[in-house]
Amino acid sequence: MLAKRIIPCLDVRDGKVVKGVNFEGIKEVGDPVECAYEYNLQGADEIVFYDITASHEGRGVMLDVVRETAKKVFVPLTVGGGIKTVDDIRDTLRAGADKVSVNSQAVQNPSLIKQGADVFGSQCICVGVDAKAVGENKWTVFINGGRIDMKRDLIEWVKECEALGAGEICLNSIDTDGVRGGFDLPMLKAVVDAVKIPVIASGGAGKLSDFADAFLETDCSAALAASLFHFKELTVSQVKDDCRSKGIIVR
Amino acid sequence: MIAIIDYGAGNIFSVKNALDYLGYENKLTDKAEDIERADALILPGVGAFPWAMNMLKLSGLVDTIKSEARFKPFLGICLGMQLLFEKSYEFEECQGLSLINGYVDKISDPGLVIPHMGWNKLEYNHNCPLFDGLSDNEYVYFVHSYKAFLQDKNLCAYSTYGTKVPAVVTDGGYVYGCQFHPEKSGETGLRILKNFAELKS
Repeated sequence: MLAKRIIPCLDVRDGKVVKGVNFEGIKEVGDPVECAYEYNLQGADEIVFYDITASHEGRGVMLDVVRETAKKVFVPLTVGGGIKTVDDIRDTLRAGADKVSVNSQAVQNPSLIKQGADVFGSQCICVGVDAKAVGENKWTVFINGGRIDMKRDLIEWVKECEALGAGEICLNSIDTDGVRGGFDLPMLKAVVDAVKIPVIASGGAGKLSDFADAFLETDCSAALAASLFHFKELTVSQVKDDCRSKGIIVR
Repeated sequence: MIAIIDYGAGNIFSVKNALDYLGYENKLTDKAEDIERADALILPGVGAFPWAMNMLKLSGLVDTIKSEARFKPFLGICLGMQLLFEKSYEFEECQGLSLINGYVDKISDPGLVIPHMGWNKLEYNHNCPLFDGLSDNEYVYFVHSYKAFLQDKNLCAYSTYGTKVPAVVTDGGYVYGCQFHPEKSGETGLRILKNFAELKS
């Protein structure tokens, strides 16, 4: 049986792992290569680097981080943030990433998904989607870190992503992100039911049982969290032990 | 020296990184003399079967690979494993390297999420030197939409995804294939690569 995946995410700026409670409060919390290695030891099934660097120089630093990580961490690596073109995808995969995650860029330019999938294969194109409820069982897609409402229906968008060749959807709920009250299960369920590709739950994990709840209540394939793991409130292995004790198959 | 055959397919650096980490001399190469000189061969691959087979033909390495695979340990990874079979039906019928009897076709089960992506458990079918030191609770990382259809005697291990998905295959001689990515399968995958690197011709 395919195991459910637990994925820690590292936010990286200028080659350092950072964590901000909000945009003003960003602080550096460590070296991304070391953090990734530590997560690997804890049993992470995959590691996501989310590049929040704005500058061009910073992109090169991010690729160095991926290159160094790929020499000592032998689980799949995903890089998201700032990937705008097929060349960006190529550079990132060549540095040692197994997948890229495209988000705002894909909403503004959906052909990026198709081009990426055609050239490199669907398996390496993950589409990150930020969404927010606008009514009962109705959500719209946001971009630029949740600041701009694209007035695009979430379900229509994820179906379009799948049709364009996305290999996976990483679904982040703006409503639950940072609230730490658990994943947005109604939104997650609606997306999982709408597509056949794997869906990663993101945004809202605040306690141990939130991960198992996502797997028990929906057919999502993976669950992702950042700060919970950063601040060592939980380890990946604790999350897996909890899932295992509830009959969920994990590695 | 282990030759990692570079015919323009993906994931070659990950395989190289893993062999470097394990301390085995290796070389990415598209040259017949390196393949002939090597102690063992790895054929990686990500992408579509017809495209990869075409790239291999263009590289002029098909005959060298087929003859060397009779004398020295040979490991196909992911698409590299699929290329070992006689043919594939990905997009169109396409001839493979024919080192193992069987063919490659779509994983078809209406209820399944495709691709088969993620960590799945290895279930052993026949003894295989690549399994030295592994427990009976080992997970490996898969990403694929097509699978091999083969005889039981060639199947060393499988995973269950709807039905049996061949995970480790062999011709009974020096040729092995892994549908999963050992270079992305943590300690389990590294152990499998180490076991392969230790095989003697």
